[in-house]
Amino acid sequence: MERLNISNLSAYYRQLIVNKEYLVKAVDKVSLNLMEGEVLGVVGESGCGKSTLARAVMMNIIPPLEYIGGRITLTTREGNVLELNKLTRNDLKKMVWGKHVAIVPQDAMSALMPTLKIKRIAYDIVRSHEDSVDYSTVLEALRNRLTSLGLSERVADMYPFELSGGMGQRTVIAMATLLSPEVLIVDEPTSALDVLTQKTVLKTLMDLLKRKYVDSIMFISHDIATVRQVASRIAVMYAGKIVEVAPTEEILQNPLHPYTKGLMESIASLEPEVRRRGIKYIPGQPPSLINPPSGCRFADRCSFAMDICRREEPALVEVSPDHSVACWLHIRR
Amino acid sequence: MDAILRVEKLSKVFESGFIRRSLVKAVDNVSFELSEGEIVSLVGQSGSGKTTLAKIILRLLEPSSGDVWFMDKNVWKDLKTLDDLKWYWKNVHAIFQNPYASFNPFYKVDRVLNQALKLIGKEPNSEEAKRVIEESLKFVGLGPDEVLGKYPHQLSGGQLQRILIARAWIIKPKLLIADEPVSMLDVSTRGKIIELFDIMRKKYGTTILFVSHDLGISYVISDRIFVMYQGKIIEEGSPDDILLNPTHEYTKELIASVPTLYRKWSF
Repeated sequence: MERLNISNLSAYYRQLIVNKEYLVKAVDKVSLNLMEGEVLGVVGESGCGKSTLARAVMMNIIPPLEYIGGRITLTTREGNVLELNKLTRNDLKKMVWGKHVAIVPQDAMSALMPTLKIKRIAYDIVRSHEDSVDYSTVLEALRNRLTSLGLSERVADMYPFELSGGMGQRTVIAMATLLSPEVLIVDEPTSALDVLTQKTVLKTLMDLLKRKYVDSIMFISHDIATVRQVASRIAVMYAGKIVEVAPTEEILQNPLHPYTKGLMESIASLEPEVRRRGIKYIPGQPPSLINPPSGCRFADRCSFAMDICRREEPALVEVSPDHSVACWLHIRR
Repeated sequence: MDAILRVEKLSKVFESGFIRRSLVKAVDNVSFELSEGEIVSLVGQSGSGKTTLAKIILRLLEPSSGDVWFMDKNVWKDLKTLDDLKWYWKNVHAIFQNPYASFNPFYKVDRVLNQALKLIGKEPNSEEAKRVIEESLKFVGLGPDEVLGKYPHQLSGGQLQRILIARAWIIKPKLLIADEPVSMLDVSTRGKIIELFDIMRKKYGTTILFVSHDLGISYVISDRIFVMYQGKIIEEGSPDDILLNPTHEYTKELIASVPTLYRKWSF
């Protein structure tokens, strides 16, 4: 069942540079969906708009970011359909965020108030959605959550500084999902941690799904090797656009977009076959998002670029079941 | 092959605290040799002492005990005059993690190349210098118009890092110490830097000590890997040795927890 449907979502930054206005097209006509029980990986390099996408999907739009257009619908467990882009910020805060869609942003641990114990922070979070909730109810719920996610119950009584990086990140994830939202968005949850603790955070995310504390997860990261460990499908983002979406194994074995291919070949993975073939790179750098090229945004770096690539923008088209790609090489004209 | 760099029983102890002294052994009795034209990786997680070790070799940090021998000269005892030091700087060069921090934001990027020319005794304004700069930029795949005359903030991290390699190319050091040179760069551009290291080694016999926390990259580019843990080198060997037959518990755990592209974990 489809939990979240994003169609043609655009969100731009409005920038003022020396009295001249510029629009930075960080998320441009993005369409994606999230099914129940799945982890969707969104991968892309720095500046491709993946963190902006996370904010836009929640409709957490604060200037200079602006909502330009598109539809975001969320189907709740009760079967209600919420159209996020039509709700006011106040409604979103009261009714949607935390309850139906939650986010663990990059550097989420800085959200923990250093002078308050974890249980007190959790109480504040819940209270902002349910005015009349009492402290003991929250405390019990928090303790249950912590133990079922493999953390010690004692974490509730700790101050943030007492938590290590991995533990802190898992605690933040547990608190963000305390109200069992349908959709959880995590933005680079493991990139600040060393490899040994990364795994425990990934396990926590999978536990959330298994225990149905959340129904689906959007996992945003620059690291495909990490994403592939948990994602059932992967979407590749480049310069504000989704260029390819496919099931994980399919996109790894049979990447179609030249960017996806180049990216896979650039990854120095700890595997004998990768050492044998060596790693490659993609020449050039991503275009500026202020005035992105009119055709395909990857055309300037692409070794297969044709005339049409510079003239017309390719749409994201399903070329085989579940495998969509935005590239003129694969679109039948 | 002769060893170009020899590190003997090197230790660095940091003291902290005023009343209750506590000692941290950042580098603990480390010995190894590097031969000409080798790429050797020093891997370990943050706090394992790898950067401290690199700094001691670069003469940026004095060791508590032990010796560093470079081309049969004791780096911390034999280099006394400015000329000795210049000789050392010409032969031992470094590239650091954050390219933005390696450039002075007030000067144009040309300056680092000009300084390199001065170090090898060439006048930066001469015709010859111009030619050398152009050649060096061509070597790293940058157009002179693309980067010369610009300030660091106008260029990307990958471009700046390549300018630093162009500087290394001008100096042609015997030993290049690269401390996390690609970790701040995008994945799709890392391969270019790696390729340049490989050419430096093949064409000019440069020895490269590659310091990194990224076991994947070390595995792909190195001839040998040293695994560092709590200040000690706990394991060394060829990349395939380390990957396929790790002996130390820490290495085993490290390898098992690095996510890979074509293998999926079960949870």
